[in-house]
Amino acid sequence: MSEFLKYPGESSNDALPPEGKAAAHTRRAFLFKLAVGMNAVVGAVLAVPLFGYLLGPAAKKKSAAGTWISIGDVADFPVGETRLAEFRSPVATFDDGETAKVSCWVRRVSAQKFQVFAINCAHLGCPVRWFSESKLFLCPCHGGAYYEDGSRASGPPERGLFEYRYKIAGNSLVIHAGDMPTLATQASCKDKPLVQIAPPTPETRSTTWEG
Amino acid sequence: MGRLNERGTSTGSKAYAWLEHRLGLIKPLTEAAEHPTPSNNASWWYVFGSAATVLLLLQVVTGILLALVYSPSASEAWTSLNFLNHNVALGWYLRALHGWGSDFMIAIVLIHMVQVFLFGSYKFPRELTWIVGVVLLLLTLGMAFTGQVMRFDQDAYWGLGIGASISSRIPGIGAQLVHMVLGGPIIGGATLSRFFTLHVFVIPGLLLAGVGVHVFMVLRHGVSDWPMPGRLVRKSTYEREYHELTEKTGIPFVPDAAWKDAVFAAAILFAVMACAFFFGPFGPGGQPDPTIIQTAPKPDFAFLWIYAVLAFLPPNLETPVLLVAPVLGIAAMLLLPLIASEGERHWARRPVAVLMVSVIAVTLGIFTRLGTYTPWSPIMNAWSSDAVPVRYMHDRTPLEREGALVLQDKQCRSCHSLDGHGGLRGPELDSVASRMTEDQIVRQVLQGGGNMPAYGNALNPSETKALVSFLMTLRGDGLQPAIDASRELTHTSQVGAPASHVAGNSTLKP
Repeated sequence: MSEFLKYPGESSNDALPPEGKAAAHTRRAFLFKLAVGMNAVVGAVLAVPLFGYLLGPAAKKKSAAGTWISIGDVADFPVGETRLAEFRSPVATFDDGETAKVSCWVRRVSAQKFQVFAINCAHLGCPVRWFSESKLFLCPCHGGAYYEDGSRASGPPERGLFEYRYKIAGNSLVIHAGDMPTLATQASCKDKPLVQIAPPTPETRSTTWEG
Repeated sequence: MGRLNERGTSTGSKAYAWLEHRLGLIKPLTEAAEHPTPSNNASWWYVFGSAATVLLLLQVVTGILLALVYSPSASEAWTSLNFLNHNVALGWYLRALHGWGSDFMIAIVLIHMVQVFLFGSYKFPRELTWIVGVVLLLLTLGMAFTGQVMRFDQDAYWGLGIGASISSRIPGIGAQLVHMVLGGPIIGGATLSRFFTLHVFVIPGLLLAGVGVHVFMVLRHGVSDWPMPGRLVRKSTYEREYHELTEKTGIPFVPDAAWKDAVFAAAILFAVMACAFFFGPFGPGGQPDPTIIQTAPKPDFAFLWIYAVLAFLPPNLETPVLLVAPVLGIAAMLLLPLIASEGERHWARRPVAVLMVSVIAVTLGIFTRLGTYTPWSPIMNAWSSDAVPVRYMHDRTPLEREGALVLQDKQCRSCHSLDGHGGLRGPELDSVASRMTEDQIVRQVLQGGGNMPAYGNALNPSETKALVSFLMTLRGDGLQPAIDASRELTHTSQVGAPASHVAGNSTLKP
């Protein structure tokens, strides 16, 4: 039977007489299939710019997000203190309004040594506040706490505060800022890899201490 | 007069015939509305689905009206909401209707889901109706989350930060995903625009289409009959039994069953209107300026329980739980009707189902309640606003009073309460000396542990000495001080030397 079929795979034609089989392969049916195929090709080509547009934000190169920006005069930050600094995000666009503003905590350890912490808690990004009396950064959302050097003190964060890279250019303190700091887009990704929290060491346990 | 009436009627029926001949929708829709349904499901328990649909329509209408004024731009959104509240006639009321409508819609959708679950209505042949319903629940929650972003205030801003931080925990594509969620490297104009697109175009479109499919399937299979203990669902017989029941006891859905839906829908609409009128619109809160860090961001009511769970997860479990639990939860809801498509429908014969609903409801309720007062968050102004109770200062030595000052000054009250005032993160200190010995308190203060930071670097030896001697006076209502049971055995070297002991300890960690 199959040698009479133009397309042996189309077994539904089996019951038809030869004239019927011919009718099933009309020029119109062929043209319709051809047109469906053309739409598939055009659709695939069209999908390239559509998805390119949609995925644009994710495709941006890391080096493009961020640049060096001054956050103030070095003299504004006394040695031994931690102060809030503000800057306008260098990656802000026309429509960002006041959301383009960014805060960070600047700790001046010594004349030439600084630590510039992101305002965002390493847990879920809420703004941490510095308390100079207890020398702690506290997060209002879930109670994450960090010591003055940014290391994790307690609470849900699994690592210390994010730090910006900095350099001193003339009299101004310059940091490298861009991405909103999260676990995946850290302020200075290269310098400080993700630190998973270590299991509690015996000397930090509250009940088993022996003098 | 009679002739006039007659002429009017004939004109009317001619107009109807003209319209229906061209439209062809009135007759099939009327027939669908009047389809017979078993009389036992004309119940007040069956009104929640239609009420949810009515609330969706309210949200569409009020949403369109708000969009006449709202400006989805990061630099203008907050201002335009305040403009709506204060400068546009009835703008506040439209915002209130939309906000309260959203809360009511989530509540009614959840009640509808619990009712369908407890009545076993998701079983054959209505499995797909349930699955589409689960998708509709997720879309409703998606509307709630994106709607919270539309109210572009501090909570919305930091809520987006939380969303981005959660996205960043997904391994491999975290960074790209953060950029996709935010529409760029930071929270800003692009972020608000894409959440606006989701809230106004994408999710409502899916929601309306999904409701259409959902209702179509309800009509196709009929509203489920009232479950009876012992009457099991079997794929081979259920549809014939349902058909026979409808033949025997059927009543037209409209009006014999639907009047209850209509009454309930009106009551719910009125409740939304009343809440909107008496309680007003939600926010907007503080302006979305990220340099204003004196803020304690919190999500809307529907997401408070997630916010609370995030405070309690241990750090090393957080990412796995965040990424795995939602997948399992949603998969379980979607697969439920496929796993349990036959068998008993009545709740009295399904104790596990009842237990599940109870446990989930209590769990969500507890976490939501915790989310309303966030006991895990430090009270950041307690150290300067909540004084040490006067009675704790009576008959104290100068050293102990100095210790009370250290307690305030070092912000212990952020996490510890005295006399009910202060943070709840750590234990209250009113009777701390009856729980811990002096040695234990010294160690806890200097080295921290058990979720308390170490204060060894923030306290000098004399401050520690003063603080601990004050804490040792806090023994509740005349309770005995805690004692170290082993102290007696080592009597010789330790007795009478607490002062040197403290000093010795504090030098361990300068």
